[in-house]
Amino acid sequence: MTRTIRLSLDINERRYEIDVEPRVTLLDALRDHAGLSGTKKGCDQGQCGACTCHIDGQRVLSCLTLAAQAEGRKITTIEGIAAANGDLHPVQLAFIEHDAFQCGYCTPGQIMSAVACIREGRTGSDEEIREYMSGNLCRCGAYNSIVAAVREAAEMADA
Amino acid sequence: MLDFSYTRARSAEEARAAAGEPAARLLAGGTTLLDLAKCGVERPDTVIDISHLDGLSDILVDGTGASIGALAKMSAVADRADIRHAFPAVSQSLSLAASQQLRNMATIGGNLLQRTRCPYFRDPATFPDCNKRNPGSGCAALGGVTRNQAILGTSDHCIATYHGDLAVALVAFDATVRTDRREVPIDAFFLTPDDRPEQETVLDKGEMITGLTIPATVAARQSTYLKVRDRQSYEFAAASAAIGLDLEADGVTIRDLRVALGGVATKPWRARTVEAALIGKPVRPEIIAEASRLAVEGAVSHGGNHYKIELAPRVVARAILTVAAHLNPDLNPALGETA
Ligand SMILES: Cc1cc2nc3c(=O)[nH]c(=O)nc-3n(C[C@H](O)[C@H](O)[C@H](O)COP(=O)(O)OP(=O)(O)OC[C@H]3O[C@@H](n4cnc5c(N)ncnc54)[C@H](O)[C@@H]3O)c2cc1C
Ligand code: SF4
Ligand code: FES
Ligand code: FES
Repeated sequence: MTRTIRLSLDINERRYEIDVEPRVTLLDALRDHAGLSGTKKGCDQGQCGACTCHIDGQRVLSCLTLAAQAEGRKITTIEGIAAANGDLHPVQLAFIEHDAFQCGYCTPGQIMSAVACIREGRTGSDEEIREYMSGNLCRCGAYNSIVAAVREAAEMADA
Repeated sequence: MLDFSYTRARSAEEARAAAGEPAARLLAGGTTLLDLAKCGVERPDTVIDISHLDGLSDILVDGTGASIGALAKMSAVADRADIRHAFPAVSQSLSLAASQQLRNMATIGGNLLQRTRCPYFRDPATFPDCNKRNPGSGCAALGGVTRNQAILGTSDHCIATYHGDLAVALVAFDATVRTDRREVPIDAFFLTPDDRPEQETVLDKGEMITGLTIPATVAARQSTYLKVRDRQSYEFAAASAAIGLDLEADGVTIRDLRVALGGVATKPWRARTVEAALIGKPVRPEIIAEASRLAVEGAVSHGGNHYKIELAPRVVARAILTVAAHLNPDLNPALGETA
């Protein structure tokens, strides 16, 4: 018999009531139970960053977080960063401007990581951006454009 | 990943009581536990979430040293200006580990208890033989691919590397692990595999790490963590060194030295013979290089990891020379000649 637990998750400032097995990760809860498939599953083992989202404003990997652990915290996903009127987040605009993707699979994770990276103040140089974005792999190798987009979004945030 | 039940501990006492059960596991950041549960290595029937407990994540630094709660996040410790100032090697060992996402999740207590990345250990379906996972079953790594296996502290039963970075810096500076029952010097906290590779630390079942104490020393303040790896970031060490150095007033003679190695041994490895050989000696590249070779005394090659015997002493020497040049910029030209 499968035991399920009822969780009440605060995702993008909306409440989601879901019934899941205790082992369900936040990543699977987002995608399969909350209908938010913007967060991607790459490795499912903490190695690629595709599943990056924010918990209480900090970037984390949803594939190594239990959904149950996140109850009572504020969860933000790629679906939750644009303005209420639909205007894209400056980091999203910078990614489009710089063509910072090819297939786009790593992009939600890259953007969530970049938003946090800028907030953490880790964009002082291209070297620092590369170091603090290293947890997000891109199989298409769009790294140069990603660094350019993060740099520009950081400069705009400073201005 | 097999299913388990989830409990959120309301107090440390409640967590400890529940953790005494054989198939119960504490969940802090979850970055080791859930990863290994997905691999089928960990099969908990109960997961006890301690990540919401209050009072175990404080970071205090004063003239006598640092006290860090077991639930403090790696990123929180790495980014503290007072830790960076009094213990640069500790701060660097954390910020050079994993990725920012993982550092925001992972705790200091969980970090110490991270398990080896031995690929055979991590793949029970393909490799049933692993003495660490299943005592007495053999060791699939012996005769296998050994590029990242240990050269120091190995036994006939297990050659798996301890890959953590933080513990290497802690061993260099004589930190103490605090548990709910006792205080253990970090060097004695970790065990070599010998004939019991499944026993990695002295922790008893249900014993909980509550924090760390790191004494303030001049060597700890004048320190560095050098990590050499296959890619520049987000990778475990091929070899690493935590070095602390103090020079006499002449700016040349070594007064105090701490040396510990990572990525090459079955536990965080203090290299006291290198320290003893260099204290009282002048900082000269050829002297440092020769003494650094003592770091791999007794090393055993398994073929693929042979390069570590060459690499580790070079990492030690380079780290010592880096700190020395920082302490006494006049040494720079002299060091440059042969370094
Ligand atoms: C892709 C990847 C890359 C990584 N790279 C690096 C690296 O370069 N360098 C490095 O050092 N590490 C690296 N790590 C390892 C990472 O640092 C550890 O997984 C992490 O520090 C573990 O902490 P945690 O809080 O998540 O532990 P958890 O997974 O929550 O716990 C680990 C173990 O410790 C037990 N435990 C936790 N807290 C306590 C406590 N207070 N008392 C008693 N028992 C406890 C748990 O029951 C569990 O068995 C990497 C990990 C991944 C996934
Ligand atoms: S080296 Fe140790 S962990 Fe790896 S397979 Fe052998 S016994 Fe298991
Ligand atoms: S899916 Fe989470 S890190 Fe790859
Ligand atoms: S754009 Fe394809 S993986 Fe990054």
